[in-house]
Amino acid sequence: MVRYVANKFFYMLVSLFILISATFFLMKAIPGDPFMSEKKVPPEIQARLMEQYGLDKPVYVQYFKYLGDIATGDFGISMKHQNQEVTDIILQTFSASLKLGLIAIVISVIIGILLGMLAALYHRKLIDNVAMILAVLGIAVPSFVLASLIQFIFGEKLGWFHVMGFDGPLDYVLPVAALSAQPIAFIARLTRSSMLEVLHADYIKTAKAKGLNWMAIMFRHVIRNGILPVVTYIGPMTANIITGSVVIEQIFGIGGIGKVFVECITNRDYTMIMGVTIFYGVLLMLARFITDIVYVLVDPRIKLTGGKEG
Amino acid sequence: MAANETTFTSVSAELTPEDFRKIGVDEKQAEIIQRESISAWKDAWQRLSKNKLAMASLVVLLLIVLAAIFGPMFAHFDSSTNDLLNTNQPPSKEHWFGTDDLGRDMFVRTWMGTRISLIVGLAAALIDLLIGVIYGGIMGYFGGRVDAIMNKFSEVLYSIPYMLVTILLLVVFEPSIGTIILALTITGWINMSWIVRGEIMQLKNREFVLASRSMGAGSGRLLFRHLLPNAVGPIIVTLTLSVPNAIFSEAFLSFLGLGVQAPRASLGSMINDALTGWMYYPWRMLFPAIIISLTMLAFNIFGDGLRDALDPKLK
Amino acid sequence: MRRKTLLTLLTMLLVVGTVLAGCGSKNAGGGSKENASAAKDQILHMNLSAEPPTFDPAQAQDSQAHTVLNMMYEGLVRLDENSKPVPGVAEKWDISSDGLKYVFHLRKDAKWSNGDPVTAKDFVFAWQRVLDPNTTPAPPYAYQLYYIKGAEEYNNKKMTDFSQVGVKATDDHTLEVTLKNPTPYFLGLTSFYTFYPVHQSVKDNPKWAADPKTMISNGPFTLTTWTTGQKIEVSKNANYWDNKDIKLNKITMSLSNSGATELSSYRSGQLDYAGMPNGEIPTDQMPAVKKQLQNELNLKPIGSVYYYQFNVTAKPFDNAKIRKAFAMAISRQEIVDKVTQSEEKPAFGFVPPGIAGEKEEFRTEHKDDYFTENMDEAKKLLQEGMKEEGYTTLPPVTLIYNSSEKHKKIALAVADMWKKNLGVTVQTENQEWGVFLKNRRSLNYQIARAGWSPDYNDPMTFFDLWTSKSGNNDIGFKNKEYDALVSDALASSDNAKRMDDFVKAEKLLIQDQQVLLPIYYYTNVALIKPNLKGVIIDYAGGVDFTRAYFE
Repeated sequence: MVRYVANKFFYMLVSLFILISATFFLMKAIPGDPFMSEKKVPPEIQARLMEQYGLDKPVYVQYFKYLGDIATGDFGISMKHQNQEVTDIILQTFSASLKLGLIAIVISVIIGILLGMLAALYHRKLIDNVAMILAVLGIAVPSFVLASLIQFIFGEKLGWFHVMGFDGPLDYVLPVAALSAQPIAFIARLTRSSMLEVLHADYIKTAKAKGLNWMAIMFRHVIRNGILPVVTYIGPMTANIITGSVVIEQIFGIGGIGKVFVECITNRDYTMIMGVTIFYGVLLMLARFITDIVYVLVDPRIKLTGGKEG
Repeated sequence: MAANETTFTSVSAELTPEDFRKIGVDEKQAEIIQRESISAWKDAWQRLSKNKLAMASLVVLLLIVLAAIFGPMFAHFDSSTNDLLNTNQPPSKEHWFGTDDLGRDMFVRTWMGTRISLIVGLAAALIDLLIGVIYGGIMGYFGGRVDAIMNKFSEVLYSIPYMLVTILLLVVFEPSIGTIILALTITGWINMSWIVRGEIMQLKNREFVLASRSMGAGSGRLLFRHLLPNAVGPIIVTLTLSVPNAIFSEAFLSFLGLGVQAPRASLGSMINDALTGWMYYPWRMLFPAIIISLTMLAFNIFGDGLRDALDPKLK
Repeated sequence: MRRKTLLTLLTMLLVVGTVLAGCGSKNAGGGSKENASAAKDQILHMNLSAEPPTFDPAQAQDSQAHTVLNMMYEGLVRLDENSKPVPGVAEKWDISSDGLKYVFHLRKDAKWSNGDPVTAKDFVFAWQRVLDPNTTPAPPYAYQLYYIKGAEEYNNKKMTDFSQVGVKATDDHTLEVTLKNPTPYFLGLTSFYTFYPVHQSVKDNPKWAADPKTMISNGPFTLTTWTTGQKIEVSKNANYWDNKDIKLNKITMSLSNSGATELSSYRSGQLDYAGMPNGEIPTDQMPAVKKQLQNELNLKPIGSVYYYQFNVTAKPFDNAKIRKAFAMAISRQEIVDKVTQSEEKPAFGFVPPGIAGEKEEFRTEHKDDYFTENMDEAKKLLQEGMKEEGYTTLPPVTLIYNSSEKHKKIALAVADMWKKNLGVTVQTENQEWGVFLKNRRSLNYQIARAGWSPDYNDPMTFFDLWTSKSGNNDIGFKNKEYDALVSDALASSDNAKRMDDFVKAEKLLIQDQQVLLPIYYYTNVALIKPNLKGVIIDYAGGVDFTRAYFE
C-alpha cells in the first residue's frame, strides 16, 4: 500500500510539472497582458509595470523563475488584484465553491443512485420510465436554463429565496438544485445501466437459484457491484462540480473560484491563472487518486496489484 | 430457451416449481440448430426494432435532421436579415416561431441553429469516439507501463484549462465552426478513452478472451472482434451523452463569448441570447429549448435502446 | 415485492422532504418586493458587477473602484449634483490670473477615520507616491497628474528631485500647486481618485488597501467588510467633518456580474439600485422595465460616446469617401430606438452633451451637424470612392467587436443596414477582450467598435486622443493640421479660442476625414427605488451615493 501510494504520488508530481509547463507557455502565447485597458497607459508606465512583474524578461527566464518560486511555495501576488496573494484569493473563493459543490455532490449521489436503483429494479415498468424521463430531462435541459427558470420563479416571483448572494443557508437551495440536476440524471442512468448488467450476471442468477435472501443479494452483490461505475464517475464529477460551476456562480452571483478563473483569464492575470490551474490540477489528480483507492475498497475483484476476476 | 427467458429477464419473479418442466433428452433433437444463424448486428437490429420508445426516438431524430436540412426552405425569410420594425414579435401566421430581438425570423433561425448544433455535436462526438476508442483500447489492452504513461498524458491534458486552449485556438485559427469543434474535441475524447480503458481492462481477463487467445487470435482480432464489441454498451451510452455534451459545451462557449460567430447561431447560443428576457419573449427561448431538449431526449432514449439491443449478455 | 416498496418509499420521502424543505423556508427567508432596508435602517444595497481589484487610490483604474473610493475618500473638491466643483477637504482656493497657480486652503476639521487630522502633507505624500517611479506596482493613472509642473519628468526619471515638482505644503493647511499649462478643468480634476490624499501609515504596509483593518480613509464612509468575490460593505465614518449631512448608515455591495441577476434582485427587493455605471440592465428587458418601473427608471445623458472607428491604413477605408459612405448609410435613430432602447442620442460628432464648453455645454454651443444620414448620397459616395481606388467590387470588410450582448446586437444591426442601404456585405467578428484590444492597437482590423468616456470635464479629453503621438490613437490617423489645433488648445488659457480650436478639430475629424463613425451618446440607465433620494450621477456617469438617503 505504501509503495502504491508513493508511486502514485511521484506520478502526480511529474504530471503537475508537465501541466505547469504546458499552461505557462500556452498562457504566454495568448495576446495581451495584465495591464491592458481601453484607455492605454503611457508606454513609460507600461514598461515599468512589465519590469516590476518581471514580464520584460524572455519567456523562458520567467518560466524558470516561476518554477523556482512555486518550489518554495510562493505563488506570488495577483497582477490584477495588486494587494492580494494568489493563495489568499484562491482559498477565499474556493471555500464558497467547496460548500456549494459538496452539498450538490452528496445530494446528486444519494438521489441519483436511488433513482437509478429503482429504475433497474422495476426495469421497463412505470417507475423505470418515470425515473428515466426525469433523468433524461435533467440531462436535456441546459443548466443555465434551469438556473434562470428557478431563479425567476422561486426568487423573483415567489420570493422564497434570495435571487443572488451567498449569506444564509437558504441561499444554497437554488444554486444547489441547479448544480445537481445534471449529475443526478447522469448518476441515475449510470446506476440503472450497471445494475441491470449485474442483475443479469450469472452469479446473481446463481445466488437467486440457491434461494439466497433478497436483501443479502441486493446488498452483498447487486448494489456493491452496481454502483462501481458511479464511483469512477464521482471523482471527475467532484472536480467538475467544484471547479466548473462558473455558469451557476455567475447566475446566482456567487463569488466562487469558477468566476475568478474566467476573470483571471480575461484579465491575463498570469500569476492567478497559474495558481488556479495548479490548484485545479492537484484537485483533479487527488480526485482521481481517491477514486482509485475507493474503487479498490469497493470492488472485491481488484487488488492493488492488478485485477483478476473473483 | 423461450420459456426460460421470461424468468431470467425479470429478477423480481421468484422461481416456483411451475417454472420448471421436464423435457426429455433426445440426442438427435439436441444436435439441431433451432435458430438460423444471424450476425450480431442483424440480431441487434431485430431487437432494437421491437423497442417502441427507441424507434420513436429514432423517428424524432430523423425528423429533426430533416427539418434542419429542409426547414429553412419553407420560410421566405433569411436567417440574418434584420427587421427592426418587427422585433420580438410573438408567433404569427407570417413568423411561425415569432421574431427575435433584431426582428429575425425565429423559424428559420431555429432550424439553422439546429443544423449548426447537430454538426458541432455529431462531429465532436464522432471524433471523440474515434480517438477515445483507439487510445482507450490501447491503454486497456496493453496495460502496464504503456497504460501508465498514456493515462498520465490524458490526465495532464484533462487538467489544462480548457478556456485557455479555446482562446488560443480562436486566436491562432479563424473563428469558425471547425475551430469550435477542434476546441471541443481537444480534451473531449479523454472521458471516452477512460470508459473504454476501464471496460477493456475488465473484459480482457474473461474466459472467452482467454479462449480466443489460446486459439491463437492476434491482438488486433482480440481487440476489435472480442473486446470492443463487448464494451459497446458503455461506449454507446457515453457517445449518446457526448453529443449533448458537445452541444452544451458550445453553448457554454457562447456564454463566455467564444462560441459560434454571429449572425450565425446554434441552438445553445439562441437560448443564451434569449435568457435575459425569456419572461417577456418566451418563444425566443421556448422553440430552441424544445428542439435541443427533444434532440437530447431522443439521443438518450435511442442510445439506451441501442445499448440494450447490442449487449450480448441481455439476449 | 414489499422490500422494494421500502426502497421506493425511501426515495419518495427524500424527494418530498427536499421539496417541503424548500416550501417551509417561505417564512424564514427571502426578500419581499419592498425595499430591502426600511427608512429607519438607512442601509443601501447595490451591486458592483465586478470586484474592484484594489482600493488604493493610486492604483485604481476601474469604474467600480471609482464608485467605492468616492464613498471612502474625499479630495480637495467634490462634484455637486450639477458636476460643479464644491469644497471638499479644501475650504476655499485661489487661482492666479494666468491660471497656472492654485492655492488650496484646507479645512481644519478634516479628519482621517482614525482621528488624525488631514493635512496638506498628506496630499503631497499621496501625489508623490503616485508619481514616484519606484512605487510598486507603477500607478497606471500617474499621467492624470502630468498637468502639474515637473510631474511627468519626475515620473519618467528625467528629474529626481521631488521639490522641483509643483506641489508644496506651505503649512499644515495650505497646499500650493503649480501647473505646466493653464488647465481650466484642473479644479474639477482634483475630485478624481488619483488625487485623493492617502494616510502616511501606508508606506510600511504594502497590503494596507486589501484589509478593512488597515484601510484608513478620510471620506464619509469607511471600509468595514470585504469578502473576496462576495461582498463589500462600507459604514458611516464618525470622524468625517461633514457627517451631519450623511444619512446612510451602511452601504452593502454584492458582486454579481450578470445584468439579468442584478435586475431580478432589484425587482425582488434585494437591491435598492441597479444599472449603470457599475452594472447594465439587459436590453431585452428595457421595454418591460420602461412599462412596469417607469417611476424608478432614471435615464440621464452622460458624456460618453459609442462609435466605430476605421483603420485608415487598411483597404478600403484608406479612402475618405468610402468611410463617409459607411457613416451615412446607417440609421442611428433606429439603433437607439430598437436595439439599445435607452433613449440615447444619435451621434454625428465626437464630443457628447454634458461636456463643458465656453459658457454652457460644448454640444449646445456647437451643434454636431457634420454629416447627415442619406442613403442615396452614401451610394453615390461609395461609387465615387471605389472609382478613385479603381475597385470594381469592394474588398471584403470585417467589423470587429469585443464579446458583449449589446455590442453584438449593434454590430449585427449596423451590418444589416450596410447590406440593405449600400449593398455591401460586412462580416462581423466577435473577439475576446484581450485579443480585441491587441488587434485594435496593432491596426489589425478594418472597422472596430470603440467607446470613450471623459477623464475630466473638457472637450480636450476627446481630442488629444487622435493626435499623431497619442498612445490611444489606434486608427492610424496622422494629420499635422489636427495636431497643431490640439497643441494650440493645450497651451491656451483663452477658453473661447480653445473651443474654437476644438470645433475645427472635430470638423476635421468627422466632416472632412470621417475617420470615426459616431453612433450614439450614452445615457446612464439606472433603476432607483422610489424612496431612495439624493443619488447623484455626474456628467461622466460616475455615481455618488454619499449624500443619498431613504425617505
